[in-house]
Amino acid sequence: MTKLNSKIPQGPVAEKWSNYKAHQNLVNPSNKRKIDIIVVGTGLAGGAAAASFGELGFNVKNFCIQDSPRRAHSIAAQGGINAAKNYPGDGDSIYRLFYDTIKGGDYRAREANVYRLAEVSNDIIDQCVAQGVPFAREYSGYLDNRSFGGAQVSRTFYARGQTGQQLLLGAYGALSKEINKGSVKMYNRHEMLDLVVVDGKARGIITRNIVTGQIERHSAHAVVIATGGYGNVFFLSTNAMSSNGGAAIRSWKRGAFFGNPAFVQIHPTCIPVHGDFQSKLTLMSESLRNDGRIWVPRKKEDAEAIRAGKMSPKDLKEEDRDYYLERRYPAFGNLVPRDVASRAAKERCDAGFGVGTGLAVYLDFAAAIKRLGADVIKARYGNLFQMYEKIVDENPYETPMMIYPAIHYTMGGTWVDYELQTTVPGLFAGGEANFSDHGANRLGASALMQGLSDGYFVLPYTIQNYLAAEIGTGPIPTNTPAFDEAEKAVKDRIAKLLNIKGSKSPDYFHKKLGLIMWDNVGMARTKEGLELALAEIPKLREAFYKDLRVTGSNEEFNPELEKALRIADFFDMGELMAYDALHREESCGGHFREEFQTPEGEALRNDADYMYVAAWEFKGDGQKPVLHKEELKYEAIEVKTRNYK
Amino acid sequence: MDLTLKIWRQENAQAKGGFKNYEVKGVSKDSSFLEMLDVLNESLVDKIESPVCFDHDCREGICGMCSLYINGRPHGPDDAVTTCQLHMRKFSDGDTITIEPWRAKPFPVIKDLVVDRSAFDEIIQAGGYTSASTGGVPDANATLISKYASDLAMDAASCIGCGACVAACKNASAMLFVSAKVSQFALLPQGKVEKERRVQKMVAKMDELGFGNCTNTYACEMECPKEISVSNIARMNREFLGAKILSGEKV
Amino acid sequence: MSKQRTLSSITKKVIMSLAGLFLIIFLLVHLGINLFLMPLTENHQEIFELLAGFMATNPVIKVMEVFLFGGFIIHIIYGLIVQFQNWSSRGSIAYKSGSKTKTTISSQYMIHTGVLVFLFLAMHMYQFYFMKLGLNTTPFVDAHGHPEFYNVAVDLFSTQPVYSVIYIIAFIFLGFHLNHAFQSAFQTLGWEHPKYTPCIKTVGLIYAIVVPLGFIIIPLYFMIMH
Repeated sequence: MTKLNSKIPQGPVAEKWSNYKAHQNLVNPSNKRKIDIIVVGTGLAGGAAAASFGELGFNVKNFCIQDSPRRAHSIAAQGGINAAKNYPGDGDSIYRLFYDTIKGGDYRAREANVYRLAEVSNDIIDQCVAQGVPFAREYSGYLDNRSFGGAQVSRTFYARGQTGQQLLLGAYGALSKEINKGSVKMYNRHEMLDLVVVDGKARGIITRNIVTGQIERHSAHAVVIATGGYGNVFFLSTNAMSSNGGAAIRSWKRGAFFGNPAFVQIHPTCIPVHGDFQSKLTLMSESLRNDGRIWVPRKKEDAEAIRAGKMSPKDLKEEDRDYYLERRYPAFGNLVPRDVASRAAKERCDAGFGVGTGLAVYLDFAAAIKRLGADVIKARYGNLFQMYEKIVDENPYETPMMIYPAIHYTMGGTWVDYELQTTVPGLFAGGEANFSDHGANRLGASALMQGLSDGYFVLPYTIQNYLAAEIGTGPIPTNTPAFDEAEKAVKDRIAKLLNIKGSKSPDYFHKKLGLIMWDNVGMARTKEGLELALAEIPKLREAFYKDLRVTGSNEEFNPELEKALRIADFFDMGELMAYDALHREESCGGHFREEFQTPEGEALRNDADYMYVAAWEFKGDGQKPVLHKEELKYEAIEVKTRNYK
Repeated sequence: MDLTLKIWRQENAQAKGGFKNYEVKGVSKDSSFLEMLDVLNESLVDKIESPVCFDHDCREGICGMCSLYINGRPHGPDDAVTTCQLHMRKFSDGDTITIEPWRAKPFPVIKDLVVDRSAFDEIIQAGGYTSASTGGVPDANATLISKYASDLAMDAASCIGCGACVAACKNASAMLFVSAKVSQFALLPQGKVEKERRVQKMVAKMDELGFGNCTNTYACEMECPKEISVSNIARMNREFLGAKILSGEKV
Repeated sequence: MSKQRTLSSITKKVIMSLAGLFLIIFLLVHLGINLFLMPLTENHQEIFELLAGFMATNPVIKVMEVFLFGGFIIHIIYGLIVQFQNWSSRGSIAYKSGSKTKTTISSQYMIHTGVLVFLFLAMHMYQFYFMKLGLNTTPFVDAHGHPEFYNVAVDLFSTQPVYSVIYIIAFIFLGFHLNHAFQSAFQTLGWEHPKYTPCIKTVGLIYAIVVPLGFIIIPLYFMIMH
């Protein structure tokens, strides 16, 4: 029944990657220069892949939506990157990192991929240090580690609260080196608007030059999409403004199955929403939970008094505070995984114990400041505290921070096999854009690890296994019917949007869509809610195509048009998520169905019926997508109920 | 709060630009500066006028994409923040706010407040990296680096490449940006191997692109949203002189 | 443009700062001599003439004089080149809202104070150096027909208040110029250190106040005494 072949190599899990590398096909150096590769995206996965392909000798065309590859949203990751180095000697190992990641993902990730991820994690740290990434160090001169949610060891390497930035700048440096060498040609301010498939193989993309509006054709022997996640479907998220699901949706419509779209991560420590004009949510690193204690008032009347501004949190006595994570999960306390922490915050706020606007809980550093001193806290989190103060106008050294969960990361993504190849031959997906490693929930400090693993250490190998058969193909022409058709489709889409000439801006529709998604496909989902979303989204889409107003023309720098194009794709993305969430009648990781919970309110997983990857196939606009299942088999790990108590 | 905005509008790189005045009403003091511009743009779309173009992306002060020269200061009146993290509580009801693009010859205007900063990429491409290829590198703990040097390198490396230093400098000099990258690598053993080549190549590229000379006014440091220190400039001068005088390698 | 760029921006600035530091040292020597215009000692006039004569005839000083002129010319020429480049780097459109960044006044107006000091220097050269070369005559000459600089100076300060005022103003500008120049030269040369730089800045500030003040006291003294 299924067309999915995950191509997991034979052998024990610990040997699969070595076996694969030992037997895969390679492209010899003189042939590499005859091969073109398109990489879309310049974040950790895309930038690292483009740089590594260039180093190997391929001709690389790299595209980014921003004005420079250094702006990719990987830059905003704060906390750190995991690796199984076991430098602190606290019992870590490749197996333990693998185990924690699988468990953290609620047993919905592919075992072989995750093991490989844990295996190459150490190489990533070595590589980044060689690039001059200034990771935090001890006075001894050795690298420092800290602990993160979902783990009982300290395995997280970090560069203050700017780890993503430093890793991205490392990759950007490597990429710049290759651009300078001429092996990578960089296309800034270009947006991929379609994938070109020739005779069943991905052979190019259609892009729009954001500055001039020119629609361009680019061909290659293989295409890698590393365009990040689709969290912006919710309008308010921690994603950057230009983060979008366009490349994923376009690839989906050209035949790439989409894996687990419902698995979206809600990050527990974001700055709460302040008002209607808010454009995005700001994340405070999860590392804050190392020293901060999360609480709400124990009594409803206190919560009400605080919300009304009649009481300050500092006035509340210790016994009147409810440290609900420490109470519910004594073993992990404030360091439970993100999905657990987020749901617990929502539960308290829904029950009427929220502070601030009612949708916020406290993250309190008073105890840590007392224990360690304000200086130590400043050294650890100074930039985060400063950022909080700039946004909220309250001093977190004195008043507890307020936090609330927000959409952060999408575990789901384009379905890929072990080689990170999608169901369209020649189309690969890396980083957040693919679905593979995090299952239903991602642990903190694992996204950076996965992006760089895909970019530096996986794709440069696996793509050769595909390209080895392409050495005789010769340059891919762009004057073929497939390119004609794709370019025309893009131009038609643009013309359609420009010609509606309605009365509402793109943002108007985006906000409406975001609300539908947050209310029905957000942190807690129900059958009714999801069905409602599936009824509402098509209506909103219809209104969008009737009443949208895009000012200006295509032939200019036109952010309104860019937004409209992306929102059009978000409608599809939103529906896809709702379909997936509706079909998955269990609660696991970031996917919480209210019908499926234990009496204590914990997620109730259903391994018997749902231990598979849901890969959705596009069947035409307005058609219900078709589900394919990739059964997940765990050989090296015993499947258990997640327990952080 | 109600505000009058005096905004630079310019159709494209070739067009002649000019200021246009706009009124925005009912802005929340808790919203960010860019959210205030969002409100303005929504109102412009309502009136079928073309919205004001400005660069922005992460809106959490790290990507370096947002810019704007606000009331005579890059990133506006607050210290140590980018425009996206500048909040309207720093302004008063009834204020007139003048908004201009970064102005520097190497940063040509693309449209309205959007400028082309690819000159910065070119400088990095000239040598702002270690040439380590993927794989085949030693264990991360094989080289010890003092915490002090590592912290200084991190201070320098926190540059977000926004260009506020160039915008603030009366000479449109890029010395702070370039020196931050040079410093990061000069301070770390991994970067020492190529340090002479790097500093000479990057400075040559910076000059070639038409950035001005540093006259040590330190406006860059004052306006840098990441508070990058001008001691990096001194370090680069030192590195540059050392390389010019002592290195026999032609670069 | 391309020709000016043959020296890198940093090299140009380094040359400027080395020349500037040299001039800073010279200024101190000059002040030391000038102070003897005032009755610091019984035989201050003799000392002044002796020092002036030494400066005028000693072969080592003669050689240094070449360097000194070279220093001035290099400092001024590079100052101008750098300034023109800097103006052009802003592009064709200046900021309409000006700059509200709180940089020091000294650092903002280096070219302006520099040009004003240069104008004064031109006048000063005409009056004293040309006199020494015999291109400019004075009634105050000794038995050999050499100009007596002590009397020339005292006469100027005592009888020409306009000159004295210009002199005082020029040194005020020089003070501003020096305040930035001193520490800026160290920065440009890369001599920066978290421990010593604050000290350099303080010394620079003291120098920029004390040295111009030392020069200014002299005409003030003669104006008041007169």
